[in-house]
Amino acid sequence: MTNLEFTPLVFGISAVAGCLGALTGLGGGVVVTPALTLLLGVDIRYAIGASLVSVIATSSGAAAAFVREGYSNIRIGMFLEIATTLGALFGAFLATRTPTSILSVIFGLVLLHAAWQSSRGRPHGEKTQQPDRLAQRFKLDGSYPSPEGPCKYKVGRVKAGFSLMFGAGTLSGLLGIGSGALKVIAMDQAMRVPFKVSTTTSNFMIGVTAAASAGIYLTRGYIEPGLAMPVMLGVLAGSIIGARQLIGARVRVLRLIFAGVVGVMAVEMIFTGVKGKL
Amino acid sequence: MTDQRLEAIISVLLRTGVLISAAVVLLGGSCFLLKHGHEQPEYHVFHGTPETYRSISSVIHSVGPSNCQDIIQFGLLLLILTPVARVAFSLAGFALEHDGTYVALTSIVLAILIYSLAGPH
Repeated sequence: MTNLEFTPLVFGISAVAGCLGALTGLGGGVVVTPALTLLLGVDIRYAIGASLVSVIATSSGAAAAFVREGYSNIRIGMFLEIATTLGALFGAFLATRTPTSILSVIFGLVLLHAAWQSSRGRPHGEKTQQPDRLAQRFKLDGSYPSPEGPCKYKVGRVKAGFSLMFGAGTLSGLLGIGSGALKVIAMDQAMRVPFKVSTTTSNFMIGVTAAASAGIYLTRGYIEPGLAMPVMLGVLAGSIIGARQLIGARVRVLRLIFAGVVGVMAVEMIFTGVKGKL
Repeated sequence: MTDQRLEAIISVLLRTGVLISAAVVLLGGSCFLLKHGHEQPEYHVFHGTPETYRSISSVIHSVGPSNCQDIIQFGLLLLILTPVARVAFSLAGFALEHDGTYVALTSIVLAILIYSLAGPH
């Protein structure tokens, strides 16, 4: 296959991944890497490098829209970014020392979780709140706009959220994904941040987390311009289309289709990893 | 300077960064396909990219009209630097708000990012 055939193919796959990622809220990065390695036989390290770059593009593009709506909390974001960027450095160093077969299996497990998360839809629970000393110390409590005027919220279990964020950063650096799902779990479930604030703040944080490991990927030679170019442009184009379609889309059906696709990829990644084919 | 004002400016910064880097990558990509369209890509074996693509200084120094991959890599570098610029900008914003705690926290994040991009690995 020549570049003239390969590049449009990668662009198309990335655009579909970006579109599905935006529609389901899981992000495009998590699908691009398995698609490139399983369908096109790309080495997982090049795929991870290209995917990570696309993650920065979609996060920064989408964050711009969310920030304008006044949902994201830049203090929570900045505070937790200490954990995610340290985790990302750690993850990126691990990635350079981990055999590709093990990377593939870990990737498969993360995909399985994503499939499960996607099929289940968003979780919702009653939020009871213990005051948290760290939340007050770091002024994490905030408010978001609602039809009835600004709605105030308090943040709890900051230590648990911080630890989870380190884990999210490590996975992001290890696999070249945004790990938005884990970031949302850390804020929404552990810290009891309102769901909308969690998702938008997570998106806001993804770019900074990814930039922390991108530096290491760049110096290690993982970011290959010929491959990263169609991946970045494709995922970006797809995610813009996906975000526009979001209103009025039959999200429930889409989620199930996405869960199915991701589930198959998960099994395939684990299988190839165990067999040592990658 | 309020948090809302800061967030509004940051959103413009992020969008501009992504648009400029996408335009540069597109330019380099078109040039790459024109020049190397009929070559076979070899991404199934990992060699690692050439040294000139591996650091900020070498990417900036080698960028020019002669090598299309250099232009792509320069665009990708701009993209990677966009979140770094947003953290640097937040730092300035928190300083204007006279918020010492967040100036300190943001400085830590910025230091980690600079270490990743410029540090010896």
